[in-house]
Amino acid sequence: MTDMIEVEGLDVAFGRGKHAVRAARDVSFRVAEGESFGLVGESGSGKSTVVRALCGLNPTWTGRMAIAGQPLAARRDKAFYKLVQMVFQDPYGSLHPRHTVDRILSEPIAIHGLGDAERRVTRALEEVGLGPTFRFRFPHQLSGGQRQRVAVARALILEPRVILLDEPTSALDVSIQAEVLNLLRRIKRERNLTYILVSHNLTVVAHMCGRIAVMNRGRIVEELSVVQLREREPTQDYTRQLLTASLGYDREAIARFVDFAEAG
Amino acid sequence: MPETPLIAVEDLHVDFATPKGLVEAVRGIGFTLGREKLGIVGESGSGKSVTGRAILRLVPPPGRVRAKRLEFEGRDLAGMSEQDMRRIRGRRISMVMQDPKYSLNPVMTIGKQIAEAYRVHAQVAQREAMRRARTMLEAVRIRDPERVLQAYPHELSGGMGQRVMIAMMLIPEPDVLIADEPTSALDVTVQLQVLAILDDLVTERGMGLIFISHDLNLVASFCDRVLIMYAGRIMEICDAKRLDEARHPYTRGLLNCLPRIDAAGAEDLPVLRRDPAWLEQGL
Repeated sequence: MTDMIEVEGLDVAFGRGKHAVRAARDVSFRVAEGESFGLVGESGSGKSTVVRALCGLNPTWTGRMAIAGQPLAARRDKAFYKLVQMVFQDPYGSLHPRHTVDRILSEPIAIHGLGDAERRVTRALEEVGLGPTFRFRFPHQLSGGQRQRVAVARALILEPRVILLDEPTSALDVSIQAEVLNLLRRIKRERNLTYILVSHNLTVVAHMCGRIAVMNRGRIVEELSVVQLREREPTQDYTRQLLTASLGYDREAIARFVDFAEAG
Repeated sequence: MPETPLIAVEDLHVDFATPKGLVEAVRGIGFTLGREKLGIVGESGSGKSVTGRAILRLVPPPGRVRAKRLEFEGRDLAGMSEQDMRRIRGRRISMVMQDPKYSLNPVMTIGKQIAEAYRVHAQVAQREAMRRARTMLEAVRIRDPERVLQAYPHELSGGMGQRVMIAMMLIPEPDVLIADEPTSALDVTVQLQVLAILDDLVTERGMGLIFISHDLNLVASFCDRVLIMYAGRIMEICDAKRLDEARHPYTRGLLNCLPRIDAAGAEDLPVLRRDPAWLEQGL
């Protein structure tokens, strides 16, 4: 298997001089074709920054990034977005409030001049489990879970090979989260997609991904397999604490918590 | 002989008259709260937040609250004058909301806000109120209380802001604290640290805590009893320790659809199937 995504020595900084915030520092990882790779960390750890840089939403980066063997430049062309698509956290903010589902899904087809919009839109809706009745609705007429399905359909409509998922289920109820996670897993199986999943929720990442990178303060502190995680074998204290925290409330364990944001 | 519960609710209804018809947010629920941690769990729209607000009579119009019984230490809350209610609200029963960003005054320093909240309920000088505010910030484990007292809300992180909110709500030493998703905007480790503060207060001061959340796992590990709500009704009340033995298909469904680290990735998650018959049952 070849590497679909390569990131090497990625640095992303916001601001200049002494006010500069280095949101990602020397981040490196590789994701094989058809793999699901998880980026997990707390707020401000830089996990979203990394995927945003990958898909061209953070132009101020240095380092080397490549997708499907093609090195990425500061600006991305249309062909790039045919290959890489993204699904965002907030299903309320990521869909145009005055566009119907049909228009939301047709726009990428028109931009890329693909034609055959009718068939593609119907098929994309079918694929994410929304019937044809949803086609002419506006986002406000949909529930959170249905909106996220539309966002997934929009990502799929260009038939990309990579989908970057930034907290795709954090705004959803747990029962809806289960449905969306199942949907993402099915689509990945059927199309041999490559995923990067960003989440603060270790259990969600463990459910979806085979390999996981744990981030803190802009750096990857540890990369481990889901098996290592399951066997409770992280090597870093930070990961161990995150794992303990995701197992629920334990008064004694909490007393031993350390603030990793301040160290170093 | 059980003592009088802190809060007793019987046949509570909350409805909202909307242009599209009557929305019944809460449909005849009942429960009691002692000196314990009671969790209310449910998905969005289950009526859990409205229940918390109904106790404090903070349901916004056009909401209408009816109850056979709505009592605090045996006193009827529903029929109380607004003046009497103000003596209870904040002083005896307090509430922490989800997002500190919207609950704190953006143009007032933290110290002034906490002191103000205290002076509404206690006849003390500003200097004494500030001293108390400082002690309270220490109690919620804020490491540098002097700096935080002088800070404005935007200068604090989410976790700090939520601790400030909790400090503000706890300074009049209420008997009951209603916490509505107090930590869901926070990182998991910070979330647990904030819960530990609440936990200690329940243990040390005998406070009653109503903890409203959508996170069944968290509630199960944190609370003493859990009340599971669906579509405005209580489906089940269980001992948090014995949630595994829960009977109701809705509770089971909620538990099963959570991904687990130990079974990670093995199979697709079971999907919750809702049964309209649940609406006819309920406690």
